Amino acid sequence: MTDLIQEIEQQEYIINMGPQHPSTHGVLRLVLSLKGEIVKNVEPHCGYIHRGIEKMCEKLTYQQIIHLTDRLDYLSAHINNAAVCLLVEKALGIEVPERVKYIRTIIDELTRIASHQLWWCSFGMDLGGLTCFFYGLRDREHILDIFEETTGGRLIQSYYTPGGLMKDIHPNFQKRVKDFIKYFRKILPEYDQLLTGNVIMQARSKGIGKLSLEDAISFGATGPSGRGSGFACDVRKLHPYHLYDKVNFKEILYQEGDTFARYKVRMDEMWESMSIIEQLIDNIPEGDFTAKMKPIIKLPEGEYYQRVEAARGEFGVYILSKGDKYPYRVKFRSPNFSNLSILNTIVPGQKIADLVAIGGSLDYVIPDIDR
Amino acid sequence: MNNEELKQTILSILPSAVFEENTQFLTIQIPADQIHDFAKKIKESETISFDYLFCLTGIDYGDSLGVIYHLRSTKYRHEIVVKIKTSDRETPAVDTVCDIYKTAEFHEREIFDLFGIKFNHHPDLRRILLDESWEGHPLRKDYIDEVNIVER
Amino acid sequence: MGVKIKSMKDADFKDNETLELFKETDGNIFTTTIDNILNWGRSNSVWPLTFATSCCGIEMMAAGAARHDFARFGIEVYRASPRQADVIVVAGTITNKMAPVLKRLYDQMSEPKYVIAMGSCAISGGPFFYNSYSVIKGVDHLIPVDVYVPGCPPRPESLLYGVMQLQRKIKAESFLKKQFKKNVTTNE
Repeated sequence: MTDLIQEIEQQEYIINMGPQHPSTHGVLRLVLSLKGEIVKNVEPHCGYIHRGIEKMCEKLTYQQIIHLTDRLDYLSAHINNAAVCLLVEKALGIEVPERVKYIRTIIDELTRIASHQLWWCSFGMDLGGLTCFFYGLRDREHILDIFEETTGGRLIQSYYTPGGLMKDIHPNFQKRVKDFIKYFRKILPEYDQLLTGNVIMQARSKGIGKLSLEDAISFGATGPSGRGSGFACDVRKLHPYHLYDKVNFKEILYQEGDTFARYKVRMDEMWESMSIIEQLIDNIPEGDFTAKMKPIIKLPEGEYYQRVEAARGEFGVYILSKGDKYPYRVKFRSPNFSNLSILNTIVPGQKIADLVAIGGSLDYVIPDIDR
Repeated sequence: MNNEELKQTILSILPSAVFEENTQFLTIQIPADQIHDFAKKIKESETISFDYLFCLTGIDYGDSLGVIYHLRSTKYRHEIVVKIKTSDRETPAVDTVCDIYKTAEFHEREIFDLFGIKFNHHPDLRRILLDESWEGHPLRKDYIDEVNIVER
Repeated sequence: MGVKIKSMKDADFKDNETLELFKETDGNIFTTTIDNILNWGRSNSVWPLTFATSCCGIEMMAAGAARHDFARFGIEVYRASPRQADVIVVAGTITNKMAPVLKRLYDQMSEPKYVIAMGSCAISGGPFFYNSYSVIKGVDHLIPVDVYVPGCPPRPESLLYGVMQLQRKIKAESFLKKQFKKNVTTNE
């Protein structure tokens, strides 16, 4: 009898954290192999929202690709659009007006703050603190109001276009952004009071899910997940675009590599984003909101690559063009796809509850994994 | 390091590399069977040290299939693009680099899924984005699917 | 901010010609009163299943958050298990790989169950209709849909309106009559 019990205990217990699950943040399937409550092996199965965007882009013009890049990582929609616009502008050798650069930088940083707010509220919710959900979304609505007044959409805007912007900003834009910054500077310490110093949260995240620097470089884990391990990969510092070489901001790096470090990186990034916006909001120059572009854009033959710093890591666009008005091959280097591959390295040996905390700190957006 | 010195170092590692003109990054074409040794050497070399593979793309040129590696060095901050081609469309096979760059494991599964290029010695080569029972490789240029695709 | 939105009149809920067409009128007064009470209870507490695939999921979360609160319509709690849920709000694109999962979830829900198709991807494939090889062009190829909420993504207020339409549809159902009819047909 004891032999039978021993044999049963040796076998692996396989459990499916299926595509429909409250804490996988989307349709990601994780097949866990457990021993008691300790996870021995995690196998992520993705592809449940693979929509074939790369193949669709081969039959769309360059202005139409913008509408699809919006829907890849919908929480940093503007930043994804900026990648395609910058690529087309650099390939054609077009210089956009200064006004456009200022507005694009400000809107990109607002998008980054909105994305981190949504990350914070779902991270708190995963650990059990439901109040964070309501606080984060309440403050995100302020940013969405600003976007809606200028662009017309809350989540998906398609505001940037190769050459500049679709329309000029609303006259209220500057005032609303300044009011938001004043409001949010008082609210962000409340977030710290609510969650950062909490004993339960610290016990569940300090020392959990350590990712070493060498692994982060080898796996290509960029963004806050990589910077929590000391990987200096901020594209805004290494390959500056827009106005990032003219503003003053720090690159946030922590060396521990655990869940708490990744949490702190994102909280500090919100402060840095606000300081970038404050440096730019009063000095928007007058001018055109778009450069003169032909209605049909044809890129000269060749290959191009453009990278930007999305809220989750380095987002890259690779286009091979044969001189047509449609691209020959479009490839999106998505940050979440590389961040997903580290799961089987950092989770084994820890409990299922730790898996939820790690998944929350890596901040996946599943349509970006599957494209 | 600037492009000239990089060229010399790479030619000393692999003399049969062919450089392309007028590209954004320094681009080299190498024979498909050399990729594993070449990648190992450029990662471990102290002078160039390419340790960060940031983009791995499959591509269908029409008559041949190819794989493109975008590499960067975190120490020296220079970049390079390595291209390989195989003209076998029925059973294309290339050596894997996932023991050198761990990110290649998932990316090579995706290239196998969408283009059909097999990677030798890959620990777990199966479809990742599409269903296990899907037939065909959608991103190839000659992929026809009457049932699912609504043409415009 | 200066725009007055007209609210729906109470009379629109109670006597409406389309609603009258739904209802079968040949019940005695006892069963119709019970029907009314049951329907009032059922329609004001539809509990949804946590199901969101892509961008529309964020607008659904925003509709549940503090500004547009849909708990005041009775959608109080999200149930993670399909056995305990009343409505499934399909928010997001459904692909070929996800289709058997959705069908299995729908089959696991217990009667009476409803489906709201939110967003243009769930209605007809949305922006991915042309040239995509793995998107299902409309969730009504898989499961029967009760309410369609258009938009890409629909505003939270549109989702609230869709939920109100679902409540009207539930109020028009004759619960006892449906049960009685089922027994009669099986006997034959």
